[in-house]
Amino acid sequence: MARSVTTQRKSLNTFIAWTIGLLIFFPILWTILTSFKTEAQAIADPPVWFFFDWTLENYRVVQERSNYSRFLWNSIIIAGGSTILGMIIAIPAAWSMAFVPSNRTKDILLWMLSTKMLPAVGVLYPIYLIFIRFGLLDTRIGLTLVLMLINLPIMVWMLYTYFKEIPGEILEAARMDGAGLKEEILYVLTPMAIPGIASTVLLNIILAWNEAFWTLNLTAARAAPLTAFIASYSSPEGLFYAKLSAASTMAIAPILILGWFSQKQLVRGLTFGAVK
Amino acid sequence: MRLGKSLVASTALALIAASGAYAQTLTIATVNNGDMIRMQALSGAFTEATGINLEWVILEENILRQRVTQDIATSGGQFDVMTIGMYEAPIWAERGWLVSLDDLPEDYDIDDILPAMRAGLSHEGTLYAAPFYGESSMVMYRTDLMEAAGLEMPEEPTWDDIAEAAAAMTDRDNNINGICIRGRAGWGENMAFITTVANSFGARWFNEDWEAQLDSPEWLEAVTFYNDLLQNYGPPGAANNGFNENLTLFQQGRCGMWIDATVAASFVTNPSDSTVADSVGFALAPNKDGLDKRANWLWAWALAIPAGTQQEEAAMEFINWATSKDYLELVAEREGWANVPPGSRSSLYENPEYAEVPFADMTLRSINAADPNNPTVDPVPYVGIQFVAIPEWAGIGTQVGQEFSAMVAGQQTPEQALARAQALVTDEMEAAGY
Repeated sequence: MARSVTTQRKSLNTFIAWTIGLLIFFPILWTILTSFKTEAQAIADPPVWFFFDWTLENYRVVQERSNYSRFLWNSIIIAGGSTILGMIIAIPAAWSMAFVPSNRTKDILLWMLSTKMLPAVGVLYPIYLIFIRFGLLDTRIGLTLVLMLINLPIMVWMLYTYFKEIPGEILEAARMDGAGLKEEILYVLTPMAIPGIASTVLLNIILAWNEAFWTLNLTAARAAPLTAFIASYSSPEGLFYAKLSAASTMAIAPILILGWFSQKQLVRGLTFGAVK
Repeated sequence: MRLGKSLVASTALALIAASGAYAQTLTIATVNNGDMIRMQALSGAFTEATGINLEWVILEENILRQRVTQDIATSGGQFDVMTIGMYEAPIWAERGWLVSLDDLPEDYDIDDILPAMRAGLSHEGTLYAAPFYGESSMVMYRTDLMEAAGLEMPEEPTWDDIAEAAAAMTDRDNNINGICIRGRAGWGENMAFITTVANSFGARWFNEDWEAQLDSPEWLEAVTFYNDLLQNYGPPGAANNGFNENLTLFQQGRCGMWIDATVAASFVTNPSDSTVADSVGFALAPNKDGLDKRANWLWAWALAIPAGTQQEEAAMEFINWATSKDYLELVAEREGWANVPPGSRSSLYENPEYAEVPFADMTLRSINAADPNNPTVDPVPYVGIQFVAIPEWAGIGTQVGQEFSAMVAGQQTPEQALARAQALVTDEMEAAGY
């Protein structure tokens, strides 16, 4: 039953939504604003908001000092690679758990999630030693593997939830019509699962893009992604906020734009199955 | 099946590509300080002369420290040259983690390195890290405010002089604080400063049997004095202020005095960032009336070679270049004498052109006043002035730093902070087997 919503109530809701939205976006907005200030303006007290001499100096300095495109390329490869690799494993895993569950499926799911409960630093040294052994330190392939493993439980969980929503009767009907396993997956399941798959992919790209523990600890010069690029602009002795903000803005810009374009998918994917 | 094969093939390819040929490329880990960034910008000259390529890994100080420790402890071999501090150098050298720098060529003139720096970066008389730039601490004060208050800052002030000047310059209505000093918790933040105050009041961290001494009357006097200074004449929210926050306050004209690293002198006298650039004076770090130990610290950012690097020779060549007399000349030529990395070599301070830099003389005197082997009035079993050069220090210093930061925030008294610190240090040291 639809509730009648008054105009007053509607505008109040809009107001609240905008306020919360702006609050959440404020740190990013402030970072972007700071990136156009001088170092002195960046730390001015009281803070300057919009009326200052906007300068591109910080971007120029950052461009000059760091090889941005190399960091960016590394981020793309690592985030994209780990997501693709992860999906190759997660889709069949989630499929089998959703459609051919065994007695232990629930336990397996929970066990997979439990690996996320261990603080990452707890396994830093074992992984570091394994990486030394296999020559994976400071390589993109090494990072891709680690990020894939870290995000795998989330991928499987998300996909499992989506697949569970697909009624088994549809698959039965397809089988009755003579579809084999291959046809069933390709023509029946995939089209229905695409929104779920898409939002899982997006979320994992974002998670991998922002991952700052392993990407900092397992890289040096060659495979370092944008997280390392940002970390290089903090200084123990000297002012750095404006340049750090410029570097941060450059690092988050690609993922922010991707997020904007895929907003619909993301929201749909994240709220999928929330209302039953 | 096809998918499987191509996966294997592409993985193999990627592995081969990743481990490709990097014949003569050095990987250098460093921090984002002005002098290091300048070195990076000028390093084209090194590559041109030697044909050795350089890859730079610039990280935030704490990340760098953790990253480098982890790599060196596991022989990861990620770095050929690393930037380390005076705290790490003797500890890592003792563990055999660093290559000794005895093999630097004759014309490097190792004896030109300032004695205090050399002592702090050596282990059993052998140099393990070459100072890239060094610092002590000193008093920076506003000459205009002092004049307005009718006071004159002696070149060698006592703590009483500092307290008097702080009281005279504090002007809450105009948002001017008599003194800005570190309050933020951290072994390299507030503990660096507080330890030097304690040293100058005759306190020490440990007696010769490694027993914690924070329950001594000297500690209480030092910490009470520090706390009173900040409560009465310090800026609001001082418990969160570290080097950069105080630098900002000073540059904006909010501090009468600032006692901190000598390298700050070049920032506060730089007219493009500082509103008080032409009215800053310098004085030696204070002592307590009747004691001749000054509250100087000593620190160096130094370049070292991790044991186990495949490119020891090239790394040595780089260190030779970056910490040489010629490098100082190169910076002077390109960027002016005020931008030359300070505090590493005696010859720099004999140079008449460098002597014209306003803070050159006081920097040298401050560094020379520091003695890492005899940091306190009473004898101690450790080296290090504003730190104790043992592996446990980073943890102890940070925890005790939190107690003092809470004290500055008004959450506990100096007596309570010291009692908790004493208990905490005693426990930690016992657990570490001292």
